[in-house]
Amino acid sequence: MPGEKKTKTVKTIKVDVDKCNGCRACEVICSAFHAAPKYSSNNPERSRIRVIREPLKDVYVPVYAGEYTPAECMGRDKYIIDGKEYDECAFCRASCPSRSLFKEPDSGLPLKCDMCEGEDEPLCVKWCIVDALTYEEREEEVEEGEEMEEMEVGLEALADKFGMDKIRDAMARLSQHKKD
Amino acid sequence: MRYGETGFNLEIDLTTGNIERVETDPRDTELYLGGLGTNAKLIWDRVPPEADAFSPENLLIFASGLLCGTPATGCNRTIVTTISPQTKLMAFSMMGGFWAPELKYAGYDKVIFRGKSPELVYLYINNDKVELRAAEHLRGRGSVETAELIRQELKEPKAQVAAIGMAGENRVFFASIEQGRSSASRGGIGAVMGDKNLKAVVVRGTKDISLARPAEFMELCQEVLEYIKFRNENPVPGVMPILAGLGSPQEMKVHDEKWHTENFSWGNSRTRRKEFWSEEVERDWTETMDKMRTRLISCYNCPMTCGATISPPGMPTYMMKCFSKLTYTMAAFADLEFGLGIAQSATEYGVDGFSAPQVMAFALELLENGILTDEDFPGMPEDNEGRFYWLLDHIVRREGIGDILADGTYWAAQRIGKGAEEYAHNNIKKHEQLPLKLSMLNPIYFIMYATGEKINITQIEGQFPQAPFPKREHREAFVKDWFQVPDEKFKQYFLDWEPRGENSIPYYPTPPMVCDIVDWQERMHYIDDALGMCAGLSSFPLKPPYHIHNYPKFISAGAGYDMDEEKLTQAIKRYRTLVRANNTRRGMRRKDEQPPKDHWKKRFPELEQELLDTYYAFKGWNSDGIPTETTLRELGLDYVADDFIERGILTKDEEAPPQKAAADQEKEA
Ligand code: SF4
Ligand code: SF4
Ligand code: SF4
Repeated sequence: MPGEKKTKTVKTIKVDVDKCNGCRACEVICSAFHAAPKYSSNNPERSRIRVIREPLKDVYVPVYAGEYTPAECMGRDKYIIDGKEYDECAFCRASCPSRSLFKEPDSGLPLKCDMCEGEDEPLCVKWCIVDALTYEEREEEVEEGEEMEEMEVGLEALADKFGMDKIRDAMARLSQHKKD
Repeated sequence: MRYGETGFNLEIDLTTGNIERVETDPRDTELYLGGLGTNAKLIWDRVPPEADAFSPENLLIFASGLLCGTPATGCNRTIVTTISPQTKLMAFSMMGGFWAPELKYAGYDKVIFRGKSPELVYLYINNDKVELRAAEHLRGRGSVETAELIRQELKEPKAQVAAIGMAGENRVFFASIEQGRSSASRGGIGAVMGDKNLKAVVVRGTKDISLARPAEFMELCQEVLEYIKFRNENPVPGVMPILAGLGSPQEMKVHDEKWHTENFSWGNSRTRRKEFWSEEVERDWTETMDKMRTRLISCYNCPMTCGATISPPGMPTYMMKCFSKLTYTMAAFADLEFGLGIAQSATEYGVDGFSAPQVMAFALELLENGILTDEDFPGMPEDNEGRFYWLLDHIVRREGIGDILADGTYWAAQRIGKGAEEYAHNNIKKHEQLPLKLSMLNPIYFIMYATGEKINITQIEGQFPQAPFPKREHREAFVKDWFQVPDEKFKQYFLDWEPRGENSIPYYPTPPMVCDIVDWQERMHYIDDALGMCAGLSSFPLKPPYHIHNYPKFISAGAGYDMDEEKLTQAIKRYRTLVRANNTRRGMRRKDEQPPKDHWKKRFPELEQELLDTYYAFKGWNSDGIPTETTLRELGLDYVADDFIERGILTKDEEAPPQKAAADQEKEA
């Protein structure tokens, strides 16, 4: 029931940016795993993890695709870490309208890390043999809520982009099509 | 559908600005694989032997390897092929980094440039959108700087940029192409790029690369990763650090430079400093490295961290690839701080880290010996380090004496005369070699140096230990898990190899054994250059994760070709022969296949001739190093055979070469 507290195993990945060497192996394997059929192709642009690389500024930050957000947020702040200036957006996990990151390259639909559902261990962690990524599980009390399915997130994104009416029309046309 | 490769090349005519996307013939891939293999075919078909490096007819090919962009760890090489202004032969240089996979994701296997642009331009590839853009505003800019400026201009922070610096623009014969953390340096291909008025090739791609048999392919990748982990935890005992592990020598990680600094030559490749590496030097160098090295970095899809970001005080940060760490330092008899500093300028200018320092040291040697005078160096600072910066600057601008030096030691010596030729003493096929001056001729290395067409020894050697291990028990331990050997006989060769006595160099390994060993080493490199694999995980180290037994499986599962060891070996032999044929047609003969005169102190002229004779016969080449008609026809290179006969390079009915491995024949005899 929504609202009730439950313990749940939360899967997390710890990112040690100091250890990252910018190889993008994590992107390779993530995109391969999510290809259909599995591993049949790969394309880092479909990956749910992205390595923000700015070698000359020594920025190497693997970022996981997080929630989809229909609107841009207010925060576009700058951070200064260790004397270097960073753009807040660079490290943001959201798939948001202001950038193409964490979207399928052809459909524009948002991507989200699903912790490699079905695998013992997230594959990006497995392929990062320098240990910049490590897998952790922890028990947490969470409020039980309905998680949005991947498809719903996608549909919501489409609705945000084209408007609900257009989507409804398209669906109607499509179902007509399929029936024929 | 094509697997592994995209099946499309881009053809760019720089003279007219015409751009075409051309579908390639999958049969060519099956015959010559990809990367260097199909490049060699393009050069044969389209660059006549009369065409000079700087003629519009010369092609400049940027190729990805057959498996670049797939999940195969370390498969990220860009293979750039053209005619070298320095050697006048086919030049092919590989660079790691991120460019080749990006090209694949954009939907192309190669970019082929011909002609010359009337103005300085760069090519921008963004998936299906391909355009030539004005680059006049980038003239004179550094290669790293150019990459940044282009990314900003295009608002494409993820674009991969391969660019030349001022050296390439000014057609310095040893100009490089720089990209990411890597460069294509050997053979002066940056000069050809500059001659074509092409400042950069920029690529961004967001498409898929497909695999023929995904499950199988991923299992192979997994095995490779596991083996890398195993080898990282279990370095080969009893060899120097750079040979104990994987990755291209890992210069950036290793502090202990005793081996390189004491075994390679300093200055103009002359002076061994046997006791150089003292505790004080070690402390000093370690400190410098720790101070300037920001991070160890890798190429695309590889965990090995062979490169580093370096921030010399007061200079912009740059990315260093393996060995330039020492080349400038040792040429100038300076310290590491100098080396890492000047390499920043050298990277921006875009020059080859092997040739450039030697050319500068050569100039100063000529000055010291009165062949050049102070008047040739107007305004050159007094201090040693300042002189190197001055020289570098004048070379890349082709100013004054720099204009002559920019042709490299061979051609510069010809132009200077007055005995300068004696000082250009470290060349093979007119190209500066690793500064090694050793004592006793090593027969394996003799053959590799003499007959290698890659020009750089580190791109030929590997697989077989460089020297015998002191005791038989060490050797026995070594061969125990040596599953990478193509044939058990290699284990015996190694077991019987003694540091002293009858079974020691130069007469052991025997010429027939040398043939087998060199052939294996070379075969592995040529496979890598077709697939786009980094030598650091395959052909260069001892006991690598990629080898002749799993490569055919990678190709079958990845690209969908029906491949086995024999077929792969044959394909490699075919295109290796084609590389030679390109050079044969350009006039390369036995007389050119000589290591530098003073490369080893103790030479054995008769043995050397025997080694060459045996190796040529083993390869199916005649006594002048020309592939025979029989060999060519057997490999399906009839068009080469016909061309050779037509040109009178071969006469009909040449003797058939021995068919079997020479060592086997010896056994049977
Ligand atoms: S695999 Fe690891 S080291 Fe490589 S980019 Fe990803 S996080 Fe960084
Ligand atoms: S955990 Fe799995 S889905 Fe998430 S980023 Fe890593 S590989 Fe991709
Ligand atoms: S082994 Fe080193 S040079 Fe080779 S691909 Fe990996 S990081 Fe690059």
